[in-house]
Amino acid sequence: MSGAAPMTSSLPLAPAAPAARLSRGLLAPALAVAVLAVAAPFLGGYASDLVVKVMILAIFALSLELLVGMTGLVSLGHAAFYGIGAYATVLGSGAEGGNLLALLVLAMGSAALYALVVGALSLRTRGVYFIMVTLAFAQMAFFVFHDTKVGGGSDGIYLYVRPSIGPVDLENRLVLFYVVLAALAGTYGLLALIRRSRFGAALAGIRVSEQRMRAVGFPTYFYKLAAFVIAGALAGLAGFLVASRDGVVNPELLSWHNSGEVLLMIILGGLGHLRGAVLGTVAFTLLKELLSTHALVGPLADHWQLSLGLVIIGFVAWLPRGLVGLVQRLSPEGSR
Amino acid sequence: MIEARDLNTYYGDSHILRGVDAQLPGATAVGLLGRNGMGKTTFIRTLMGYVRPASGQVLADGRDVTGWAPEKMARLGIGYVPEGRGIFPNLSVRENLVMAARAGIDGRRDWSFERVMATFPRLGERLSHGGQQLSGGEQQMLSIGRALMTNPRLMILDEATEGLAPLVVAEIWRVIAEIRATGIATLIVDRDWRKVLHHTDRAMVMEKGRITLAGGSAELLAQPEALAQRLGV
Amino acid sequence: MSADALLQVDGLTRRFGGLVAVGNVSLDLRVGEVHAVIGTNGAGKSTLINMLSGEIPASDGRISLQGGDITALPQPRRALAGVGRSYQRTTVFAEFTVLENCRLAAQAATPRPWAFWESAARCAASNQAAREALEAAGLAGEAQRIAGTLSHGAKRQLEVAMCLATRPRVLLLDEPLAGMGAEETERMLALLARLKAGHAILLVEHDMDAVFRIADRITVMVNGTVIATGDPESIRTNPEVRTAYLGDEAAH
Repeated sequence: MSGAAPMTSSLPLAPAAPAARLSRGLLAPALAVAVLAVAAPFLGGYASDLVVKVMILAIFALSLELLVGMTGLVSLGHAAFYGIGAYATVLGSGAEGGNLLALLVLAMGSAALYALVVGALSLRTRGVYFIMVTLAFAQMAFFVFHDTKVGGGSDGIYLYVRPSIGPVDLENRLVLFYVVLAALAGTYGLLALIRRSRFGAALAGIRVSEQRMRAVGFPTYFYKLAAFVIAGALAGLAGFLVASRDGVVNPELLSWHNSGEVLLMIILGGLGHLRGAVLGTVAFTLLKELLSTHALVGPLADHWQLSLGLVIIGFVAWLPRGLVGLVQRLSPEGSR
Repeated sequence: MIEARDLNTYYGDSHILRGVDAQLPGATAVGLLGRNGMGKTTFIRTLMGYVRPASGQVLADGRDVTGWAPEKMARLGIGYVPEGRGIFPNLSVRENLVMAARAGIDGRRDWSFERVMATFPRLGERLSHGGQQLSGGEQQMLSIGRALMTNPRLMILDEATEGLAPLVVAEIWRVIAEIRATGIATLIVDRDWRKVLHHTDRAMVMEKGRITLAGGSAELLAQPEALAQRLGV
Repeated sequence: MSADALLQVDGLTRRFGGLVAVGNVSLDLRVGEVHAVIGTNGAGKSTLINMLSGEIPASDGRISLQGGDITALPQPRRALAGVGRSYQRTTVFAEFTVLENCRLAAQAATPRPWAFWESAARCAASNQAAREALEAAGLAGEAQRIAGTLSHGAKRQLEVAMCLATRPRVLLLDEPLAGMGAEETERMLALLARLKAGHAILLVEHDMDAVFRIADRITVMVNGTVIATGDPESIRTNPEVRTAYLGDEAAH
C-alpha cells in the first residue's frame, strides 16, 4: 500500500453542522420527546404500538449511525447484536419474569461481547471485505438461533412475563412507552455527546482519512473497535426493548434482511446526522405501513415490497443525502 | 498525425501538464525525455484517453479526438506499450498475441503472427506459457509484439527497457530500430537519452509538465550540457 | 553515523518475495538540516519512506530515534514519539475547516477518548497546538476556511501543518512539491526553510532545482540501494550519480 491513495470516505454525507453547538442541536429532539411524553396517555392502542415500534427501531438505527455515519464503517451484520440482545432478554427471564435492570445489563452485555469478538476480527479488513465479514458473523449468529435448540429453533421463543423492577412493570403499556422514550432520548443524547467529544472527532477523522489519522498518532484500530462495541451494545438495548414489547423473539431478528433494512433507514434519513437516523426510521416504517394498506393503495398493497423498493431507488438516485439533505437544500441558509 | 495543443491535465488538484504542445508526425520517430515525476506518462495517458485533460486538445489527422476513450484511440492505429507492460497474465503467449490481431487502418497486415514470431524467437519457444510465467524481458517483448499485431501507424513505448538486463535491452532497441524501418511512427520514452536520440528523428524534453527543449535528435545530441541540466542533477 | 543524529537508519532492507525493494540503506537525519533523497524510477524511495513512517515493516535493519529503537513501533506510536509524515497525494480532511483539521491532528497528543462529555472543539491544548502549527505553516489567516476550498498549494501547506500539530521533531515529506507551479513552489520552499531550524527533515522529491536549493545533504538511491550521500556539490559532480541519471559515457 506504499504511496496508495488515502482512504477517504465516499459515503454521500450531508454536510455536518459544527458539533460544538450541542444545546442548539438538541432543541428540536428535546421538543419531540416532550410532545411524545405528554401525548402518551392519550394515544390509542394501535398508535401507541406503532410509536413504540418506531422508537425502538430508531434506537437500532442510531446505533448503526454511530458505525456508518460517524465512523464510516458499513456493517451488513448489525442485526446480530439486536437479535442477541432480544434473545438474551427472553432466555434470561424465568417463568416469573426477570429483573429489568439485570436483563438490560445481560442484553447489552451479550451484544457488546459478540460485538467485541466480531469487531476484533473484522476490523482487520476494509471496504467490501469488511462488509462481507460482518455479514458472515451475523449469519453465523442467525444459524445458531435458527438451527439449534438454544433459542427454540425457527419458531423462536415466548417471553412469559415482561421484565420489571419495582413499580416499573413493562407489562403496562404506558410504562413501556415511557421506558422506550427514555431509552431513545438517552441514546440520542449519548451519541450527541460522543459526536462533539474528542472520541467522536477522532471517529470523524477516521471516516474521512484513516491514513492521515494514523500518521498523526491515533491508534485507529482501537477507536474503530470501541465504536463497534458501543454500537453493538446500543443495538442490544434496542433488542431488549423489542423483546419486551413483542413478548416473543425469533431468528428473523438477526437476519440480513433486518441488517439491510436498518441500513436503508439511515441512508433514507441522511447519513452523518443523528436526526437523519430517526427521520429515516419514521419515514421507512410509515412508508411500509402506508404502502401495504389496501385502503390507501388498493391492490398495490400486496406488492408493497416492490413499491418500497422503487421508493428507495428513487431516493438513492435523486436524494442521495436523504431527508436531512433535502431539508438542508430547501432551507434558506442552504448547506454549509 | 497526432497533435497535442495546450494540454492541461490535473490529478485532483495537482496540476501535472501545464500547457503542453507537441506534434507526432506520421512515419516519424519522436523521443520524449525528462526525469520521472515530470509528466511524461501523464502526457501519454492524456493522448491515449485514459485521462481527460482539463483544457487543450488532442488531434488526430486534424480531427479533434480529445477525451476519446482509449479503445477508440487504439482503433485510430495507435499501439500502446505501457510502462509495466500490461500483458494478460492469465492468457498464454499465443493468446496474448492472437487476440490483438487486426489489420491496420490502411488494411495492411505487415505484422502477422509469423512476422512477430520471426522478430521475437524467444516468444516462439514459449507460446503455450502463461503470461505470468515469463521473465521481465519476455513480457516486454510480448507487450511490443502484441501492439505490433494491431498493425499500428504509431507505437508508443513507455520505458520499454526499464529493469531489464543489458542483453535484453539491446534486443529491444534492435526491435525498435526494425519497427522504425517499416515506417511506423514511434513515440519513445526511456531513461537512456543517448539511445533515444539515436533511434529518433525528433525529441522533446519535459520538465515539470512543460516542454522546455525540443528539436531534431541530431541537434539535441550536440547539446549534451542542455540535456544534462534537464535530465541529470 | 553521527552523534547528533535525531533519526538514525542502519541497514534498512525490505524484501517482497524475491525482490529487494530497498537494500541495506543507511542514513541519518539531523536537526537543522534538510536531507533529500533522490533517485530514478523504481529506486525504492516510496518503500523507504513507508518504512521510516511505520506503514510497512522492515525486513531487516534498524531505525532509532534519539538512540531509542523504533523499528518495531507501529505508525501511530511512532508519530507520537516524534515522527511526522506528509503524503504525496494530499490527505487533509476536505470537509472540515483548516483549524479543525489541525486541531484534530493535535488531538492525537492529548486524546482522552473516554471523556465523552467534553467537547473536542473546546480542548485548549489541541486548539493551542493547532494555532501554532497553522502559524508555522503560514496558514493562520485561513483558519476558518473549509479545507476542500483551498488552492492546491495551500492544501499541501495544510498537509505539512497537520504534521506539525503534534510537534514532531522529525518530518518525513513525500514529494511536497508535487503538481505545484513556480509561485507555490517558492512558498513551500520558504516554509521548509523556516521549519529547518527546529526539525530534522527528510525530503523525497523529483524537482531537482528545488532539491539543490534547499537540501543540506542529498542521498541518491538506485535500484533500492544508496549509491552516494553528501552535500549538493559533491553529489552534482559525483560520476556514479551522473551515470545513474544520464547513462554511462563509456558504453556509447
